[in-house]
Amino acid sequence: MSALRRFVDKIKPPFEKGGKLHMFLSTFEAFETFLFVPDKVTTGRVHIRDANDMKRTMIIVVVAMVPALLFGIWNTGFHHFQAMGIDAGFWQMVWFGFLKIFPIIVVSYVVGLGIEFAFAQMRGHEVNEGFLVSGMLIPLVMPADVPLWMVAVATVFAVVIGKEVFGGTGMNILNPALTARAFLFFAYPSQMSGDKVWIPGLVDGTGVIDGYSGSTILGQAAQNTSTFVNGLGETYTAWDMFLGTIPGSIGETSTIAILLGALFLIFTGIASWKIIFSVFAGGAVMGLLLNLFAVNEFMAIPSWHHLLLGGFAFGAVFMATDPVSASQTERGKWIYGFLIGFLAILIRVLNPAYPEGVMLAILLMNVFAPLIDHYVVEANIRRRLKRAKVTAN
Amino acid sequence: MADVIKIKKGLDIKMNGQAEKIYVKSPRSKTYAIKPVDWHGLTPKIIPKLCDPVKVGTPIFYDKYHPEIMFTSPVSGILLSINRGDRRRIVEVVIEDDGKDTRETFLQGDPADLSREQIVENLLESGLWPMIRRRPYTVIARPGDQPKSIFISAFDTAPLAPDYDFLLKDIDEDFQWGVNVLKRLTEGKVHLNLDGRYPSVRTLSSIKGVEINRFKGPHPAGNVGIQIHNLDPINKGEVVWTVQPQDVLAIGRLFKTGQYDPSVVVALTGSRVEKPIYLKTIRGTSVAPLLENRIMEGENRVISGNVLNGRQIDAAEGYVGFSDSQVTVIPEGNYFELFGWMLPGFKKFSTSRSFASALLMPNRHFDMDTNYHGGERAFVMTGEYEKVLPMDIYPMHLLKAIMVNDIDKMEQLGIYEVDEEDLALCEVVCTSKIPVTKILRDGLRSLRKEMEE
Repeated sequence: MSALRRFVDKIKPPFEKGGKLHMFLSTFEAFETFLFVPDKVTTGRVHIRDANDMKRTMIIVVVAMVPALLFGIWNTGFHHFQAMGIDAGFWQMVWFGFLKIFPIIVVSYVVGLGIEFAFAQMRGHEVNEGFLVSGMLIPLVMPADVPLWMVAVATVFAVVIGKEVFGGTGMNILNPALTARAFLFFAYPSQMSGDKVWIPGLVDGTGVIDGYSGSTILGQAAQNTSTFVNGLGETYTAWDMFLGTIPGSIGETSTIAILLGALFLIFTGIASWKIIFSVFAGGAVMGLLLNLFAVNEFMAIPSWHHLLLGGFAFGAVFMATDPVSASQTERGKWIYGFLIGFLAILIRVLNPAYPEGVMLAILLMNVFAPLIDHYVVEANIRRRLKRAKVTAN
Repeated sequence: MADVIKIKKGLDIKMNGQAEKIYVKSPRSKTYAIKPVDWHGLTPKIIPKLCDPVKVGTPIFYDKYHPEIMFTSPVSGILLSINRGDRRRIVEVVIEDDGKDTRETFLQGDPADLSREQIVENLLESGLWPMIRRRPYTVIARPGDQPKSIFISAFDTAPLAPDYDFLLKDIDEDFQWGVNVLKRLTEGKVHLNLDGRYPSVRTLSSIKGVEINRFKGPHPAGNVGIQIHNLDPINKGEVVWTVQPQDVLAIGRLFKTGQYDPSVVVALTGSRVEKPIYLKTIRGTSVAPLLENRIMEGENRVISGNVLNGRQIDAAEGYVGFSDSQVTVIPEGNYFELFGWMLPGFKKFSTSRSFASALLMPNRHFDMDTNYHGGERAFVMTGEYEKVLPMDIYPMHLLKAIMVNDIDKMEQLGIYEVDEEDLALCEVVCTSKIPVTKILRDGLRSLRKEMEE
């Protein structure tokens, strides 16, 4: 047995039942199971178990977000130096982005896990791993310039109101990370939208080159322009949108990085490919419909461009697929995903006050997912009843 | 040849320790036991006194709520002990073997010439009636019921399962007799379900008087529950009986010879068995002589049955279950694994492809142990159960209905159609480590209480 195991065994007794520190058992267990997969064995009639557990599942999702995170770190630095008119090197951009984003991640995890531990302690449960994912999702849907205290407040809101009041991970109705973002979006609109928040330094304004605009493509589209330009006035191509060298929330800009994560999630079988696929399908269909009836420039944006813009891809891959808040039946997942994509583009284009239609569409469908499941399950029940009647005759 | 029914969903768990097709006669055990716990919801009443002599086929206990259902001794000797478990529940009724095999005699004759009452009476008296199980609930059949059909699954797709084609070779006459008996018990069909993956074995496909169906697909295609669901699903109020292949043989031999033949073949399997083979033995044998010199040193778990639906038994003092055709020995998993959930996992079995083993050797066989691989959590992942359950049922919704004890919902969601073995794979693959089969059994128990008591 390793020295570490001996050490854990040595400090364990006070936490066990009857020990002085028993009230901190959840916390102790969280750290112990972080280090070691427990020695618990099966007791019922089923004697073997899949090696996959909640920790593994969650860490796989976090790994899938890494490409988007790394790109976001670089992109933050890239846009900052572009706005400042400084010709910076690659590592300089990465370092700048890292200094901006790392504190957001730390705040998100520390605040969120702190609350999770406290609730687990109160309830006498083991600490659930759900926040491993939420804690990374929250930073990725924030603008890089978001004040840290706002991240903290949003995280508290998301974990307490979005999750714990319903009974913790697995019981929540809304996706916690989106709850955090929606909270900030409505509570502090000036820090969460507009032309300046996406690129660090613009709000402050010192050193920014004259006439530089940090507006996002969706922000420009809402003004009904036909061509989209970056801060320097150069036209964006679809390739820029796909690659992600556009302003936006930290993790949402690079469609290619998000797709890498999506491939990983689908390969491992952790995320539902049905949801991801149907969100994109729903978005494309709505885009085409809008193209057909286009009366302004925004409606005429090529359907497939919509899939590259804003938080669409990020929402489809990482938010809509949250199994707890999504539809739980396989048939329901098709409907759920399709309606998210469909509504996201609808809200985005027809209600320019909310260019971030994806967030609202997912939250709305989170609320409707149980209803979709209800009808799918009812259909199953009806099939069974019908069968009984047929045989009775 | 009838159409093959294709089962698409499911999972074949590839484990090491498949039994080689060799028969070995196992040495006789000193003691044999019938375990009331092998039947759900059975309360035994002991008949003989301790040290009373018994013969092969002498009743040793009966069902308190159905006194006509007898359980008889598989060997001759004396009633040695009655072992009790938690809350003084009887777990084993032990017979000491005298090696003489003196036998009780029962009615002998062609079932075609006997009345249904005579057949039922003969099965009850000989102690073979408990081989007939009833769906829903998977409990002993009630002699008064008229089942709408009887199902025999003549193949097993569970991990390391015995090959019934091998096991039933050359005994088609006894099997035919058994089928003839069962035919008299129902006005519906007797379904004999064969493995569609291989050209069917000569003996079984020539059985007459049955509806032969072929199934093809991964486990649980061989489970009788899946087959019933496909051919003749159980609606509320309906009853289907099921019998296992070796039990059909015993029933056939009873009518052919007028004697209870307790001999069975048990496949000794699993990664901790030195040389997995088939053992000829007697029902209720102590497991020790089967394992002697055949298993590896170390902490082992001995299972009567397979890893998906088996009972843990003690390697020294345990007894093989009444209708089990398999004993599995795998390593215990009581170890801590440093950062096990983060490491690549080259040797780990998982249906998710989140471990390196999925990339490197997708077809490898695993030395699976009994570790939980994580802690129990609330339901989070969805769609996992549906992938391994080839039934038109929503297992997670059903489990939730059971957890809140909503009888109406359980019925609506199809609880009558499932048994623990059908949902066993759901428990294996569950990321949240939910005790699926235990919840299901609780549900079946409370439902039966509501409906029948």
